[in-house]
Amino acid sequence: MSAATSNEAFTQFLLRMGDNTLILGHRVSEWCGHSPVLEEDIALANTALDLIGQTQMWLGLAGEIEGKGQTADNLAFLRDVWDFRNLLLVEMPNGDFGQTLMRQFLFDAWHSIQLGRLMSSSDERVAAIAEKTSKEVAYHLERSADTVVGLGDGTEESHARMQDALDYLWPYVGEMFQSDAVDAEMVAKGIAPDPASLREEYDALVGRILATATLTIPDTAFGHKGGRTGAMHTEHLGHLLTQMQWLQRAYPGSEW
Amino acid sequence: MYAQMVQSEATKDDPEKLAAFQARIDRDEKIEPKDWMPEGYRKTLIRQIGQHAHSEIVGQLPEGNWITRAPTLERKAILLAKVQDEAGHGLYLYCATETLGVSRDELTEMLLDGRMKYSSIFNYPTLNWADIGAVGWLVDGAAIINQVPLQRTSFGPYSRAMIRVCKEESFHARQGFDAIRKMAEGTPEQKKMAQNAVDRLWFPALMMFGPSDKDSTHSAQSMAWKIKMNTNDELRQKFVDQTVPQIEFLGLDLPDDGIKWNEERGHYDYSDPDWSEFFDVIKGNGPCNVDRLAARNKAWKDGAWVRDGLLAHARKKAAAKVAAE
Ligand SMILES: [Fe+2]
Ligand SMILES: [Fe+2]
Repeated sequence: MSAATSNEAFTQFLLRMGDNTLILGHRVSEWCGHSPVLEEDIALANTALDLIGQTQMWLGLAGEIEGKGQTADNLAFLRDVWDFRNLLLVEMPNGDFGQTLMRQFLFDAWHSIQLGRLMSSSDERVAAIAEKTSKEVAYHLERSADTVVGLGDGTEESHARMQDALDYLWPYVGEMFQSDAVDAEMVAKGIAPDPASLREEYDALVGRILATATLTIPDTAFGHKGGRTGAMHTEHLGHLLTQMQWLQRAYPGSEW
Repeated sequence: MYAQMVQSEATKDDPEKLAAFQARIDRDEKIEPKDWMPEGYRKTLIRQIGQHAHSEIVGQLPEGNWITRAPTLERKAILLAKVQDEAGHGLYLYCATETLGVSRDELTEMLLDGRMKYSSIFNYPTLNWADIGAVGWLVDGAAIINQVPLQRTSFGPYSRAMIRVCKEESFHARQGFDAIRKMAEGTPEQKKMAQNAVDRLWFPALMMFGPSDKDSTHSAQSMAWKIKMNTNDELRQKFVDQTVPQIEFLGLDLPDDGIKWNEERGHYDYSDPDWSEFFDVIKGNGPCNVDRLAARNKAWKDGAWVRDGLLAHARKKAAAKVAAE
């Protein structure tokens, strides 16, 4: 395989990692000042901050590997919807606090397993980022899992809302475990695991937490897809980008 | 200043106890929550620290207004970290207030139904990205000028909270200045944003220190109790003297034609803010009062099921633990 092809796949993989953290970080930051209790304002800001910091690392490396002189900021603020490689799950709207925390939990569980595997990546830079970010993500997971349990097994209302959130978001879980040629190349080079190989651990972890939360996983194998390949995002992503990218688009070439 | 026009309470306590209390304050001893204190001292502090806490909380809104539009990842991270700090300040100030016998929920209810105030500055909008720089530089800058002396305030928990808060506020002020400097040195459009932010926020920032000393009642008792350390005009002058050279450094026009160095006084002269506007804002008629309170009320109301759910879960867990023992 030529060096050009391999850099292309590696770049795609890094965009997938960085776009997940960028888009989810953005979504979480939308809560600022509006959450149910002060401690949650602090925790959500902290989660968003971690995710944006992780984005700088992943997208920074993506630009470097791509080799076209793109900075993390260029990649974040100057690409259009079809260039984004995040999971559909993370671009889904915040909804109520329950939906936000359920989305966070479903992502954190995957993210923590993925980073655990990436710590032994054959690429040192990937391994270093995974090592650095896995502690933050372990904390995110602890927090989102606790909250899902607390609200799932709380009042009748909180239980119902959490079940609704799970029903709404579950069809977006399957995409995490789909593979394509990019993944095959990452596996071949020992850079990243086969997404499908994370499923068992994920199901065990998520199954255990959701059972403690007295919530029922929807009985469907159906999964939406199209985010991580860029083939078809949801309508939500474009609106997110119009807000996130506005200053850079309206005043191109400025330094901020 | 995040606490404005805090009325100090008259006190009807035993004169002997009062004299001993005053003597402790005069000796610069710290008053701790378990110590005897005059009812007026306690009530004034609740009002002042509570107002300060509310300001930190409501202050998240004008800055949060730009988090989703921050122009770079770095700026977004800095702003998120700042807003997170502000929420943290709110938290320790509520804790300091709780030591005086009023719960955070009670204080929150009083904010939401308008019985308690927050700083007038947060009733002004943030309209362009330079406002975020200007808020850090001018608003946190003004807050620091007020809060540095309060590190020596007589009430222990308040003093300790101020020490912690001031460190972070200086960070915010420096980062804010850096953000607006980038704009002032940037493209013509960016410079225009910076000038617009300074022009719009200058007088509201001056108002943060509260009305002029000649119109400011109730401060003598608070000063004797070392709850208030300086007069409003002293602090405002300090802010003007510190900030005018910074505006000049940025190469921006001064926002007030009345600003002139006064050799004799050794201070800058400046124009008074429009105090009728200030009193309008205090009464609820500022540009954003209605929206800010509506946003806080909505967050509280929408979050009720979350608070109830988590509480119910905590109770179930505690009950299960008891049953298991
Ligand atoms: Fe603060
Ligand atoms: Fe601050």
